[in-house]
Amino acid sequence: MSSTVETALPNAPVIADEPIPPPQTPFRRFVSDFLESKLAVLGLIVFAITLVIAVLAPWISPQNPYDLQQLDIMNGKLPPGAMDMDETMTFLLGTDDQGRDLLSGIFYGLRISLFVGVASAFISLLIGGALGLFSAYAGGRWDSFLMRVVDLQLSFPAILIALILLAVLGQGIDKVIVALVVTQWAYYARTVRGSALVERGKEYIEAAHCLALGTRRIIFRHLFPNCLPPLIVVVTMRIAYAIMLEATLSFLGIGLPITEPSLGLLIATGFEYMLSGYYWISFFPGVALLVTIVSINLVGDHMRDILNPRLQR
Amino acid sequence: MLVFLIRRLSQSLVVLLVMSFLVFVGVFAIGDPVELLVSPDADQFERARVIRDLGLDRPLWEQYGVFLLQSLKGDLGNSFVFNQPALQLILERMPATLELAFAAVIIAIVIGIPLGMVAGLRPHAWYSRMIMSVSILGFSLPTFWVGLMMIMLFAVMLGWLPASGRGETVDLLGVPVSFLSEDGLRHLLLPAINLALFKVSLVIRLTRAGMRENMLMDYVKFAYAKGLSHGRVIFVHVLKNILVPIVTVVGLELGNVIAFAVVTESIFAWPGMGKLLIDSIYRLDRPIVVAYLMITVLMFILINLIVDILYSVLDPRVRIADVKS
Repeated sequence: MSSTVETALPNAPVIADEPIPPPQTPFRRFVSDFLESKLAVLGLIVFAITLVIAVLAPWISPQNPYDLQQLDIMNGKLPPGAMDMDETMTFLLGTDDQGRDLLSGIFYGLRISLFVGVASAFISLLIGGALGLFSAYAGGRWDSFLMRVVDLQLSFPAILIALILLAVLGQGIDKVIVALVVTQWAYYARTVRGSALVERGKEYIEAAHCLALGTRRIIFRHLFPNCLPPLIVVVTMRIAYAIMLEATLSFLGIGLPITEPSLGLLIATGFEYMLSGYYWISFFPGVALLVTIVSINLVGDHMRDILNPRLQR
Repeated sequence: MLVFLIRRLSQSLVVLLVMSFLVFVGVFAIGDPVELLVSPDADQFERARVIRDLGLDRPLWEQYGVFLLQSLKGDLGNSFVFNQPALQLILERMPATLELAFAAVIIAIVIGIPLGMVAGLRPHAWYSRMIMSVSILGFSLPTFWVGLMMIMLFAVMLGWLPASGRGETVDLLGVPVSFLSEDGLRHLLLPAINLALFKVSLVIRLTRAGMRENMLMDYVKFAYAKGLSHGRVIFVHVLKNILVPIVTVVGLELGNVIAFAVVTESIFAWPGMGKLLIDSIYRLDRPIVVAYLMITVLMFILINLIVDILYSVLDPRVRIADVKS
């Protein structure tokens, strides 16, 4: 971060007819680096679209898929592009076994999947980030204890921990979020601690100490903002992972209840009919899930490259 | 080496104790087994008798002690559903899971290392970029959905491979395995590829990173200066050096693969212990859940231990650093 300040100083002799470049803040530099990769920009655009769909689902869906009055079992398992009985509505992606429009189902599913993913990522960020900062700042016994716990937790696969927690807790959107937070906080704690330890040794923190600023102020105003770059990457990648994990758990039937149909549950419903050739019931929700996760990962992957000081061009 | 071994072994024991306590408290203390075992219209004395018989009136640490002693004897309780020892039920299904996991790891290595080496040697060539893009896809594909699509394509539409089960098994040293019969191999192929997908991407990335880093090092320049052939430098000198991190990560991932087998096994109806776990969670068959957990914990600790020891054999610096600290 601090190295970028030097390039921003406009004290080099400027040739008259060349326009003076605007001062390059780290943020601007980040944006221009990010725009370099077309794939990452595409990922960001696609992710923005899924986000908009998720937020606006109740208003843009052709049908409310969970209003039983709008469903007709006679429309069940229609292939993509088929019309309903009264020929008033086209099911672009077909219908499931209950005669539910799959496109609407996917819109509502995205809403739930994204909500669970983003909410669990931010709660784990709060908990893990706070513990990581504390661990780096306190040092000594607390630090080694916390990091032992993190090591221990990370040596067990997330899916196993989540499975067991949900087996004990039962189904429910809040329980899934709890399980995801428990499996994810350690990643944030480790990342924040790692960069906080590096940043703590730097001169600006020493300077802040010399100015006799309060500990809380140093931690939150000086230390934390400088730990952000690696954290942003971890948050993006973890949101994608959380969405995938939730879908997997729901698919196994121990995640969300049938009243909160996320993409994973839609795919699970289709599984029963797959062997009879009704492929679209699982196929399209899966494509939606895949597109969401790929777009997030494309963004995260590129951000990791541009925020990595070792690869700084 | 001995100091290192003793230190690592004692660490593993502590972890095992801590985990067994967490599992015990997690699965037994939350929720009430009495509700399950006593009929709702039983009177107070009946309930009290059951609680006393189960030892639930004793303090937690005492219950845990009994549990610990019993598990040391290999008794993790009887399954509520099958009325057989839970441990035995799981051990019966373990070979199927291990076979699947090993098959997946082998596929990941056989595909991942060559692709990663290619991508690392020529990082800017179009085919290297393609390999890397595909590997992002590998990270992002939801395993269970890919499994479904594979069933749809290869089993339902093309009819080439079977969609479920383990097929014909052959006894190898008294353990039934699938990979020795043609029918079993056909059953193994789809689930193993499905489970391997995620790991292929991981191995590609690790190999590529290792290649890029090592090709710039002095020993490579030296080897070329000595007049060694390109093939020898890459396949002997560089490969040896990049294998260290790959062995570690793949070893550690073996545990992960076994855990993820839960998903693959449920999709392909593979009769392993992961499927048993899911079925037992549905049926509230608590002893099996506990036994599965204890066995996986033990397996994880063993895997970590073996990887650490392997690592210290491959890279003496680790061993020395650990003893010194």
